[in-house]
Amino acid sequence: MLLNQFLLLSAFLFCTGIYGVLVRKHAVLVLMSIELMLAAVNINLVAFGAFRNNAIGQVFALFVLTIAAAEVGVGLAIVLLIYRNLNSANLDDVETLKG
Amino acid sequence: MDWFLENAWLVPLIPAVSFVVILLVGKRMPRQGSEVGIAAVGTSFVLSCGAAIGWIRHLQHAEPGTSALGALGRSVGRLTAEGHEAPVEPVLRSVTWFQNGGVKLTAGIQIDGLAVVMMFMVTLVSLLVHIYSVEYMRGDRRFTYFFAALSLFTASMLLLVVADNTLQLLVGWELVGVCSFMLIGHWWEEKENSSAAIKAFLTTRTGDIGLMIGVITTFFIVQRATGEGSFNIIELNRAVSEPRIGHTIVLWCALALLLGIIGKSGQFPLHTWLPDAMAGPTPVSALIHAATMVVAGVYLGLRVYPVFFHGLSIGTPGHSWINWMAGVGGITVLVGASLAFVQDDIKKVLAYSTISQLGYMVMALGVGAWTAAVFHLFTHAFFKADLFLGAGSVSHSGAHHSFDMKTDMGGLKKYMPQTYRTFVIGSLALAGIFPLAGFWSKDEILVSAGHNGYKLFLVIGLVGAVLTAAYMTRCVYLTFHGEYRGAHDPHAVPHADEAEHDPADTPALVELDAHAHAPHESNGLLLGPLWVLSFFAVFAGFLNFPHWSRFALWVDPRYPTQFQEIISEVAFNPILAAISVLGALAGGGVAWAYYTGRVEALRDLTLRNGAARVGKRLLVNKYYLDYLYEDVIVAGIRGPVAQAVYWVNQHVIDNVLNYAGRGAQALGHLTYDYVDQKGVDGLVNGLGAATGESGGVVRRIQTGRLQFYALMLVGAVGVFALALWVFT
Repeated sequence: MLLNQFLLLSAFLFCTGIYGVLVRKHAVLVLMSIELMLAAVNINLVAFGAFRNNAIGQVFALFVLTIAAAEVGVGLAIVLLIYRNLNSANLDDVETLKG
Repeated sequence: MDWFLENAWLVPLIPAVSFVVILLVGKRMPRQGSEVGIAAVGTSFVLSCGAAIGWIRHLQHAEPGTSALGALGRSVGRLTAEGHEAPVEPVLRSVTWFQNGGVKLTAGIQIDGLAVVMMFMVTLVSLLVHIYSVEYMRGDRRFTYFFAALSLFTASMLLLVVADNTLQLLVGWELVGVCSFMLIGHWWEEKENSSAAIKAFLTTRTGDIGLMIGVITTFFIVQRATGEGSFNIIELNRAVSEPRIGHTIVLWCALALLLGIIGKSGQFPLHTWLPDAMAGPTPVSALIHAATMVVAGVYLGLRVYPVFFHGLSIGTPGHSWINWMAGVGGITVLVGASLAFVQDDIKKVLAYSTISQLGYMVMALGVGAWTAAVFHLFTHAFFKADLFLGAGSVSHSGAHHSFDMKTDMGGLKKYMPQTYRTFVIGSLALAGIFPLAGFWSKDEILVSAGHNGYKLFLVIGLVGAVLTAAYMTRCVYLTFHGEYRGAHDPHAVPHADEAEHDPADTPALVELDAHAHAPHESNGLLLGPLWVLSFFAVFAGFLNFPHWSRFALWVDPRYPTQFQEIISEVAFNPILAAISVLGALAGGGVAWAYYTGRVEALRDLTLRNGAARVGKRLLVNKYYLDYLYEDVIVAGIRGPVAQAVYWVNQHVIDNVLNYAGRGAQALGHLTYDYVDQKGVDGLVNGLGAATGESGGVVRRIQTGRLQFYALMLVGAVGVFALALWVFT
């Protein structure tokens, strides 16, 4: 089994995720991009796990999935509140931290 | 082995379960969840009593083979009187909490005399507070939530008490902090209350930094002694006495833990949150001040006492006359007691009194009076809870829900005779009047301080006793004697701390008003707990009666330690006891004479004698301390002293000053021109400008744009990845 293919796929997904997070303006799309990044990590974990004949990789992937679910829950709640307060889910409008 | 001792873990578990139950189904219960809380804490109380009895039997039935006393065939009591305790192991049970690498963390119980005493005290006070709250909080908007929080509060404190390792203790400690935050801010709609809650939380957090460091240090102390790190308290207490542990690490551990105690137990200078915490409902204040929260700090000191004992070199031959712990406690005794004089809010008087009493306990630990500290903690819980609940009763039924002694109370003795009696009992116990509980425990601290060679703290303790008696007399007088001042309509005045009058609860409001118009005695739900607590305030002290010191026998830590000798029973000192009682009586008497106006004899004396006049000014001018805190200098300049100073000033100093002044003026001009304007100003301006400029540059990065921050994050990761690639 070739590890490379999986790693390349994972790297591609991860870069797509980063691109999405940095460029997309809609908060929900940014959240989805974060999910992509987590999925990329999962692929890495499972691939290495399979490569080394070790179940730990898959176990970790399960943990990541769980935490990702929780994170989306929190993230969506924040997006919802932002939307209620600003009437927009555009991240450019969220700039109260401006110094 | 006794069932109650083996299963003491149930004691914290039951209130914790009750917390969940109340939260989930409390609103739908017939009494809105209060019955669940009372039942749970009541069960815990029964279990604690069982554990207490079990522990006493455990001591008596110590197995012949393992204990010296069995072999000698004597009774435990007589042996203790001679100062030879047999090692009786505490009851230990633990489960593995989690395991990571080679480190195994456990959660478990360590039940010994100290834990049993605390369990009994916490569950009893908590039970009474629960019962009291049913009436006190009736009609409150968050009645159910209040009881849920009370349950969790009790559970957290009990978790802390039974903990067999410092990590679990830390968990309980933080839970207690969270609960007190929730309860102090119970009426969070008013800004003042939520600020008080935040202040309490953050101030104690400051101390918690120390605790955190200290707890981590305990792990490494044990590791250094046994080769395997552990948070276990018994192992820690054994480890610190081993010579191969360096003194430095123990010292730093002790100081870090002391910081935690300072924060939690309201010691100087982190005591400021405690009076503000009065914003919470009164039952909560009683619970915080008597059984939970603030005593957690002292309990920590008691639990890991060998750390302090060795770290701060308490009571060792040739020890210095002061150490950090005793110093902090001593200052707190005086600061708390003196501040209690100037409070108009009855609860704040009691809050400062608590600070002062906690100072006694920490001071007792600092001077090596371990047993005395436990004993004072025990007795203080009863009379302080008594006083707080009494104050709540006064406010609830006699003063239109206000706590201001000057505007809304006075003369309540004839309206509320039972509350008056319990309050006076509590005050006398607090003031240390023979033969009430406070007398025995305070006296024990004083005797031990003298015995262990800390004379300064003996004196501080005596002064504190006098002050305590005086401010409690003032408090009792202003509340219960004189003219009733609270006759005005409760709604005509703005009432800051009167959140019971909830605008949303109109029916309850009307009902409250209907009975709130005239001061009257509280009903049985409020008075019952008061009388129970008064009973303990009177009789709890006899547990450590000289030559019959059951209490010392029960709580004594039985594992072999080096501080055994110093904490062993110190003989009762009748002279010292007499001095402290007389001092307290004098303090109370002077305050009483002042407030009732029966100072004729005193006044004649002061007319003839200038020194006495000054003394009287100091003693009976109640505004003197007010001024002290507002403006020390003005108070000092007033009066006859000022006249004399003025004369000297005009005739002697002025002339000197005039000549000196001219010279100084010339010098000043020179300095101004060259040093100040050119040197200092230039430097300061330059510094300011540089800060402003650099700030201007840096603030451009703070765009507030989320994705820009993300970009910086990715960029930083990239840079680090590059660095990793280049350098490896």
